[in-house]
Amino acid sequence: MLRDGFLRRLRRQKIVAASLFVILFYLVVVLFIYTTEIFHLNTGIVKWDQVVGAEYERPSAKNILGTDYLGRSVLRKTLYGAKVSLTVALFASIISMAVGVSLGAAAGFFRGAFDYIVLWLNSVFASIPYILLVTAFALVLKDKTINLSSLGLGSIPVEGIAAVCIAIGLTGWVSTCRLVRAEVIRQKQFDYVRAAKSRGFSNLRILLRHILPNLSGLIIITFVIRFVYYIFAEVMLSFLGLGAKSQPSWGTMMDSARLGLTIPEAGWWEMLSATAAVFLIVFSVNCLGDFLKDFFAHRLRADSYEQ
Amino acid sequence: MAAFVIKKIVFAITAIFGVMLITFLLFNCIGGDISYEYAGRNAGNETLDKIRKELGTDKPLLFFADSQFVNHIKNAATFNFGLSRDREDIGRKIRQGAKISLALTIPILLGTFVISIAAGLIMAYREKNLLSRIGNWLCIVGMSIPFLSFILLGQYYLAYKWKLFPVYFWPDLSPFQYLPLPIIIGIAAGAGFNIRFYKTIFRNEIESEYVRFAMARGVGPARILFKHVLKNAMMPIITRLVFSIPFLFMGSVLLEKFFGIPGLGSIVIDALSARDYKVLNAVVFLSAILVAVFTVIADICYAALDPRVNLEQGN
Repeated sequence: MLRDGFLRRLRRQKIVAASLFVILFYLVVVLFIYTTEIFHLNTGIVKWDQVVGAEYERPSAKNILGTDYLGRSVLRKTLYGAKVSLTVALFASIISMAVGVSLGAAAGFFRGAFDYIVLWLNSVFASIPYILLVTAFALVLKDKTINLSSLGLGSIPVEGIAAVCIAIGLTGWVSTCRLVRAEVIRQKQFDYVRAAKSRGFSNLRILLRHILPNLSGLIIITFVIRFVYYIFAEVMLSFLGLGAKSQPSWGTMMDSARLGLTIPEAGWWEMLSATAAVFLIVFSVNCLGDFLKDFFAHRLRADSYEQ
Repeated sequence: MAAFVIKKIVFAITAIFGVMLITFLLFNCIGGDISYEYAGRNAGNETLDKIRKELGTDKPLLFFADSQFVNHIKNAATFNFGLSRDREDIGRKIRQGAKISLALTIPILLGTFVISIAAGLIMAYREKNLLSRIGNWLCIVGMSIPFLSFILLGQYYLAYKWKLFPVYFWPDLSPFQYLPLPIIIGIAAGAGFNIRFYKTIFRNEIESEYVRFAMARGVGPARILFKHVLKNAMMPIITRLVFSIPFLFMGSVLLEKFFGIPGLGSIVIDALSARDYKVLNAVVFLSAILVAVFTVIADICYAALDPRVNLEQGN
């Protein structure tokens, strides 16, 4: 990927380079919060629950983004919110991509009865309004223990953000599955698959070693697009009170800011901080997604000219 | 053709059955016993038993003629949804809510549709134009702001501070007073994504050979856009339109919650927070039926209109 002029194209598009920096900055913040928590470091910036001023203090030199209804720093909450929101979005993307890619690839490659079942599952999940589906999953999974002792895996307590990750992940795989399935069906008719078959390679090897690498562009682009969706989904679920209650996330910040908005002239800074935090990362990821789309489209075209 | 239609209908019915299975698994198996929550902390065993009997959760889960799953299917198939937790007839509640929701969602859909297609056509035709490029960036900006922020900031500034609209639903207000703001917010929040969606479709058409040939023949831009491009791009546009119709009746959960509009979206949110699984079951079932009906109609239309659709394979 890097050899195909990725960096050269990146240098030409300043906004994409800038958005990569923004994404890196968010990742550094999240990693920093995790390290301080793991090693119990005493850093001021992660103490989001410390009271630093009066209630609903306007943004000032002391508290750059003001304070919330308990006098806690909005800046610290915003930074800490990145941890919950990005962790959920990342794990939800991983879950949904794992389910979507494996089901879609297997359905498209083997067709037959399995394909029919996957198509059926797709249309079942697509028949339920997304917001209802994901909130119902989150509601039902909240504070539950999934008992897998019959499978010899013990039981896994699903608490806090784990329920949100699973709910978003298990409901978001459908579009990925459909895309991957269609692409595998398209790839299957190319000569390289027939050549691999004639050499007597097993189906699994053809699928994993020959077809799936050709889907890498599609998978990366879908991952990026889904990531954005899941940040929004996390904001919505946290806002509805189905997310982590003990830690601030951008959604819970909006919820607490909403209470402030009913008092004249209070709380809008928390609302704007949370919105800006979501906006910056989503805008950057969207720009990156656009760039990747152009990049892979260009590369696909270059490939087909060479052949 | 008849075999194709029957195949599609059978598939749609099994999909509805699948939806019922999922709601059953979610609410009855994983959701657990909700009678404690209904009865309160200090309820005795008698009260709990009474509630369980009323909800039907005292019966076996599966494999009996009178099991929970059989009743789940039976109630849905006969449209007998029973009473909600606040002792109202669920069927009537849904009918009333859907009417109000449709008054909100139909204008949003049509507004988004018209604006997105118009803007998409212009931006696709003059892609390198300065205005199109600014429009494109604005779309990405709009796509990057959460729906919640659109609603909260719109409500705060447009209604509360500048007093252009009523802040909240009130029974005395006419729909023409309380609906415009949620509709404007709904359109604004969806426009970015939709404009870019249609722009991509139109761009693909404009880049194809027949458009270049038409340009070479000296056909004017209006004729190219409306006669050639729009007509050829009709298929994905109609698909998108048809598949968003079933979800219209659901209303907009977040918009209705914030503006206090008593549509189906509010009913769903209330049912979610009250764990009123009966209401959720009913709404999910109805939406599954609507989706199934529209999917079958769309499939038949494709097969009738587009000779490339393979009736044997059916996909």
